[in-house]
Amino acid sequence: MTIKTFEELKKSCTKNNLKIYEIAQIEESEVFDITVEEFRFKVEKTIQAMKEAIKNGLNSTALTNGKMGGFDCAKQLEYYKHHHSIFNKLFEKIICYALATSEENARMGRIAACPTAGACGIVPSCLISIFEEYDIDKEKQINSLITAGMIGKIIASKVATAGAIGGCQAECGTASAMAASAAAYLFDSDIDTIINAAALSLKNILGLTCDPVRGFVEVPCIKRNPFLAVHALVAFEMAQAGIISIIPADEVVDAMEQTGALMSSALKESSQAGLAKTKTAIIMEKACFTKKYYSEFKD
Amino acid sequence: MQEKSILDIISPIMAGPSSSHTAGAVRIGLLIRNIFAQEIKRVKIILYNSYAQTGTGHGTDKGIIAGLLGFSVDSTKIKDIFNSIEATKIKYTFEYQDSFTRHPNAVDFIIEGTSQTMEISAQSVGGGEVQVTKINDIDVNINAKSDTIIITLCDKPGAISQITDIIQKNNINIASLNCNRKTKGQNATCLISVDGVINQAVIEEIKQKTNPAFIRYVKKLFQ
Ligand code: SF4
Repeated sequence: MTIKTFEELKKSCTKNNLKIYEIAQIEESEVFDITVEEFRFKVEKTIQAMKEAIKNGLNSTALTNGKMGGFDCAKQLEYYKHHHSIFNKLFEKIICYALATSEENARMGRIAACPTAGACGIVPSCLISIFEEYDIDKEKQINSLITAGMIGKIIASKVATAGAIGGCQAECGTASAMAASAAAYLFDSDIDTIINAAALSLKNILGLTCDPVRGFVEVPCIKRNPFLAVHALVAFEMAQAGIISIIPADEVVDAMEQTGALMSSALKESSQAGLAKTKTAIIMEKACFTKKYYSEFKD
Repeated sequence: MQEKSILDIISPIMAGPSSSHTAGAVRIGLLIRNIFAQEIKRVKIILYNSYAQTGTGHGTDKGIIAGLLGFSVDSTKIKDIFNSIEATKIKYTFEYQDSFTRHPNAVDFIIEGTSQTMEISAQSVGGGEVQVTKINDIDVNINAKSDTIIITLCDKPGAISQITDIIQKNNINIASLNCNRKTKGQNATCLISVDGVINQAVIEEIKQKTNPAFIRYVKKLFQ
């Protein structure tokens, strides 16, 4: 039986005196019949892809597929050339890396879906900024992404991480919980703090709808990524301070599932309400999709 | 239910922007390529519903062509596939339709090769996972999560156990076996998913012993 709840995860860690990543990699190797080394190698590849996506995104100003983005990361970088963030360097990096990755995604660039392509900027921006600013070694980098993955897997065992089923809370919200917990791992927090960081992060994002303008993963998705990355670190810092989510993590996931089920399908990736049906969105839609259905023949 | 892996959560590494509309489209293309198993001359691709409405923006059309050409989900070629030399080898047409009876991300293929024509239906079911639902009028369910043998047998008794014997004799576990046929006496199409990899010699042996109307060995697309 694999671990499906935060409660089980905590029990297993405490009983065996193991860290989340240790439990996770043993489980993966048993269930999927690969060695721990093979599994870790795959995780390392993902980290590599995340770093490359950031690099490509930071160096590009090409328009996105839907032509509604692609220029914002450059603006943010330019701003930080002349001003410092009112927080610190880490904060600057997180915003830029999240924008870079999400814009790269919307350009059809190569990214790692985490847990989805729409939310692909959240976990990497938090983790890789911390890796760089705190000089984290390779093994610990891998451990942290495994930790993030385990948190995501537990959430995903109850809630489908798809905007069309659970709303954006299930995509970007899950990513944010993953990032919060992985950050806590990187700063050597105990199991309670790590799980609590996930709970705090998820709890604050319940109800987030998915209403992408014109159906593209651009508005609000691109800018939402830096917001949710920072959101993850707020959860992390509160958890570090010992602030506890009154509602336990597993129950927050239950609440998320229920909220997603109750959410109107007009607000779940169908672009039939919310931002997607604002005056501006409709004007853009008309301008771009005059011929909704068409045939083309390429010889 | 199949166990989820952490690797499903932190990947795939893919060309954006959407796991269902881009990565899923590439995987559908790859699966169709494997099932067709012959050089594609001409293909008509009919996209339905969400795939039709937002497909162009998500590069669904590019993804499908890239898949048919054998590129993987993380290929940097997908973005410019229509301008690539590879794409000039296939003549392709797209059609866009609305249908309440079809999955939101459904797609039909009518493919012509050098010596065969096939009609195949598929759909992208979320998170980059895909399903082939129909091959030439026969309902199937191929999700490419394990290696699968697709075989159409004339309805003669004992053929299925012959096949399973051959597979087991080669020390390969059968993960699932599904057969269907429309009426008694007609051809039956079976899907046999296996744990592990079957080599070509085994497929040849199955071919010889059962003389199937159709046989394909489709490799899994997931790690
Ligand atoms: S708004 Fe929808 S499409 Fe955009 S990131 Fe959120 S869940 Fe994905």
